[in-house]
Amino acid sequence: MKEILSVQSLKKYFSAKGGDSLKAVDDVSFSVREGDVFGLVGESGCGKSTLARLILRLIIPTDGRIVFDGMSVADAHGETLSKIRRGLQIIFQDPFASLNPRKRIIDAIGEALIVNKLAQRAEVKDKVAELLAKVGLNGSTLYKYPHELSGGQRQRICIARALSVNPKLIVADEPLSALDVSIQAQIINLLEDLHRASNLSFVFISHNLQVIEHFTDMVAVMYLGKIVEMSPTEAFFREPLHPYTEALLSAVPVPEVDRQRKRIILEGDVPSPLHIPSGCPFHPRCPKRFEPCDKIVPVLKEARKGRVVSCLLWE
Amino acid sequence: MASKIAVAVLVIIILSAAFAPFITPYDPVKIDLDNIKEPPGLKHPLGTDQKGRDILSRILYGGRFSVGIAIIAGTISLCLGLMVGLLSGYYRGKVDVLLMMFVDLVLSFPSLLLAIGISVVFPPGIFTVIIAIVAVGWASFARLIRGHVLRLKEAAYIDAARVIGCSDMRIILKHILPNCLPLSFVVFGIKLGGYILTESALSFLGLGAQPPMPTWGSMISLNRIYISSAPWMVLFAGGAIVLTTVCFNILGDALRDRYGVSG
Repeated sequence: MKEILSVQSLKKYFSAKGGDSLKAVDDVSFSVREGDVFGLVGESGCGKSTLARLILRLIIPTDGRIVFDGMSVADAHGETLSKIRRGLQIIFQDPFASLNPRKRIIDAIGEALIVNKLAQRAEVKDKVAELLAKVGLNGSTLYKYPHELSGGQRQRICIARALSVNPKLIVADEPLSALDVSIQAQIINLLEDLHRASNLSFVFISHNLQVIEHFTDMVAVMYLGKIVEMSPTEAFFREPLHPYTEALLSAVPVPEVDRQRKRIILEGDVPSPLHIPSGCPFHPRCPKRFEPCDKIVPVLKEARKGRVVSCLLWE
Repeated sequence: MASKIAVAVLVIIILSAAFAPFITPYDPVKIDLDNIKEPPGLKHPLGTDQKGRDILSRILYGGRFSVGIAIIAGTISLCLGLMVGLLSGYYRGKVDVLLMMFVDLVLSFPSLLLAIGISVVFPPGIFTVIIAIVAVGWASFARLIRGHVLRLKEAAYIDAARVIGCSDMRIILKHILPNCLPLSFVVFGIKLGGYILTESALSFLGLGAQPPMPTWGSMISLNRIYISSAPWMVLFAGGAIVLTTVCFNILGDALRDRYGVSG
């Protein structure tokens, strides 16, 4: 199957006070096949959102390449850039912040149509109404301002805005975490319907592992700016390979009592990305660490067919 | 409540300045040597000055200049400040450093002194007063709006606009500018009172509107020597300045509370 997005050795270092550099995204590579849902999990501050912003070219990478649909994202300009913009969209975490409080819904979505010359001014109303119907909203929202709508409705508006340019890939940056649980289910169902109805691909960032298991085809786990494990979703949840992944999965509540996993409690907090530990960055918290873990930096290696992990246990 | 009274008073001041000929029968510049230094009475409600001119007429016509100059100068300052603030805050980098250095330079002068300097270079008159107020006024708007833009720029909806392909110009004009307007109007309201004071001060010093044209500041300036013998000549003009300034300040505060902006 054709690759829609390919990320190669992507790095984003921010300069911090005192000349240190913060390695928000450090040598990350992965690819998304057309029509697939690629899941990205990790704790807060592991670089997931930075990665999303890099893919969307909201920030420029320090090093590495992002290729979307055969076009290099980082150095695109002019017509290529607008082509990338049309093909690549994002849904943000906070639907309250991602709509301009001073724009009515028709203008917020209509702007995308007009800027990309996808509609004449006279057609905007009908096209926006059509898009709203696609995300399960009726025409009465057209002339409302964001503050008149609920969180779930706003997230639907953001999805409609992303869909307005007929994208091929949508990066969803924790689209559920700001919503009530009942609304979360509706939104994930909406995303699934959209995925099924068209050949839309997703990069789905979340720390909700149940949603990841339900929705994605591939999963990558990030820890301190690096991918530590990447695997097809089904195998990933059946048999986690990295000790960090094991710990994450053990925290997911399971409905059946007899399937209950033993809960692995990680010691300490995520280290500051300014002071990444020597050797394996996970070693200070790892329950399975052994002698060379604090000296040797593990690299991603194929441990099972189609599955990579960076852990000395698997080398 | 206070804000409603303030608005009502401002409306009365502005309307009575605009419709001055219908309120008072006297020409504000016509000298009437038969009625000099007349105390307030039935014929002249606020009395007359040392040349027999009706004080009420002079205050009403003077309001046209004093309030008018403040509003015009404030509007020009706001527009310049918005332009500089938006560019500086949005593009950051060298543009920002240079523009803000210039703003700091302007702000570091005592504003009245700078205004006096300008009034000395240019011939005294209304336009000089406007130039003098704008020369200092734009900088504080620019600084404030830049700070606001820095905050607004981080909003996710700005990223969203970029992702759907909006150009920088479009983001500035359609997304950031509308969100700067409430703050701008609040500050505009607060500053107007100050501009009236600056205008009065310049007129008081003889650098503003020239006689016989009345402004509130020049009325105080010309008549101050009579303050003990004919206090009405000075007090009513001073009262008009105080009342208008206080009302604009209350209005500005009310707008600030209404739109929940700080600063």
